[in-house]
Amino acid sequence: MELLAFGKTGWGDELFYATLMTIAVSITAMLIGFLFALIFTPLKLSKFKLLNLIGNFYTTVIRGVPELLVIYLFFFGGSGAIMFVASMFGYYEYIEINAFITGSFAIGIISGAYSTEVFRGAIQSIDKGQFEASKVLGIKKHIQFYKIILPQMLRLAIPNLSNVWQITLKDTSLISVTGLVEIMRQSYIAAGSTRDPLFFYSFAAVLYLLLTFLSMKLINRLEIKYSRGF
Amino acid sequence: MDLELMINSFPRLLNATVVTLKLLSLSLFFGLFIGLLFAVMRMSNNLILNRFAYGYSYLFRGTPLLVQIFIIYFGFGQIEFIRNSILWVILKEPYWCAIIAFALNTGAYTSEILRSAFQTIKKGYIEAGKSLGISSKIIFYKIQIPIAIRQSLPAYGNEIILMLKGTSLASTVTLMDLTGVAKYIISTTFKPIEVFIVAGSIYLFMTFAIHNFIKFLEKKYSY
Repeated sequence: MELLAFGKTGWGDELFYATLMTIAVSITAMLIGFLFALIFTPLKLSKFKLLNLIGNFYTTVIRGVPELLVIYLFFFGGSGAIMFVASMFGYYEYIEINAFITGSFAIGIISGAYSTEVFRGAIQSIDKGQFEASKVLGIKKHIQFYKIILPQMLRLAIPNLSNVWQITLKDTSLISVTGLVEIMRQSYIAAGSTRDPLFFYSFAAVLYLLLTFLSMKLINRLEIKYSRGF
Repeated sequence: MDLELMINSFPRLLNATVVTLKLLSLSLFFGLFIGLLFAVMRMSNNLILNRFAYGYSYLFRGTPLLVQIFIIYFGFGQIEFIRNSILWVILKEPYWCAIIAFALNTGAYTSEILRSAFQTIKKGYIEAGKSLGISSKIIFYKIQIPIAIRQSLPAYGNEIILMLKGTSLASTVTLMDLTGVAKYIISTTFKPIEVFIVAGSIYLFMTFAIHNFIKFLEKKYSY
């Protein structure tokens, strides 16, 4: 227990902040994932073959390639890509992006591929009559989406999105290879300096279990809220 | 685009793919037995066995695979008792540590897949077997297991693909699998996109192969 003391003598506060970092990266990545899903779900549902192909390419490649490889691509290629874009605007200095942004983006793209599949499935399982009825009532396209399709879609999507959240949360442990100090990285540092890896990695496992457990509780409440009337 | 690097790195990456495939097949092999064992425990009426199996699958599905590998590779070496025992012959090798972690991890997911498959078997099949006077052991091996395997094929196919991606974590414990070699080439040449395309294509090819193989099995054993 001494090892977990707060302050200078133990690793309690470091691990606490690392846990907050894991939560921050997970939420950012999940939101970036939603952004990607927002772009790619319509592409996958589109009638145009080419758009369809782009959507399918994204989800197939990301879901078929290991997360770690994607993270390495962003870690080693991220600043290169940004510098390339900057050079087109006449900026030639070295640009370094911080590990938080690279990590959230890499995990976000992965999470987005799973979210896209969830949203596609949810939209496709909404009764066609709903679309037709709102059209007949003369409801505008964007109001139809926000007021009729989205609420029904969310109800169907939440259980699967909770799986995506779990995957995203666990995937953030891989960002530790880029040096971002989240739970895994902090445990690695603590294990190295105290020579007690068993304790710290087990403690990291407990922290992850706690996070998954608490988020499940929260999501269950959301699920109840969105399935009112069913 | 550095085409030359892509062509040159291809044979090296292909060599590393052998390591990935070895890791995958061994972990799946052991994982299947672990999964079957825990699935049976989950369905038993013995409360202790039942709770234990539930706890096992909850623990391994609720924590990242990376933590599990690190606990086994870095953590277990710390215990005096293990270092003095015969287990150390296995546990000092990163290769076997990775396989143990992967097998335990996929075992937890497999047990859930098999459990739900067993539960969807119609009671009538078992009752029919019983009324024919077949012993419950043979009912289990000859009726329940074949049906459960067929039922769980689609979900198990996904699990194989997840495990294929999971083997990339072996590179974090110094193993040179496909991802490990890809990272090495990236960090020496600083050409991440080219290497990603080659290594990613190899992974995608394997994913497609597994996907189609499972589809083929599903068709073959459909009823």
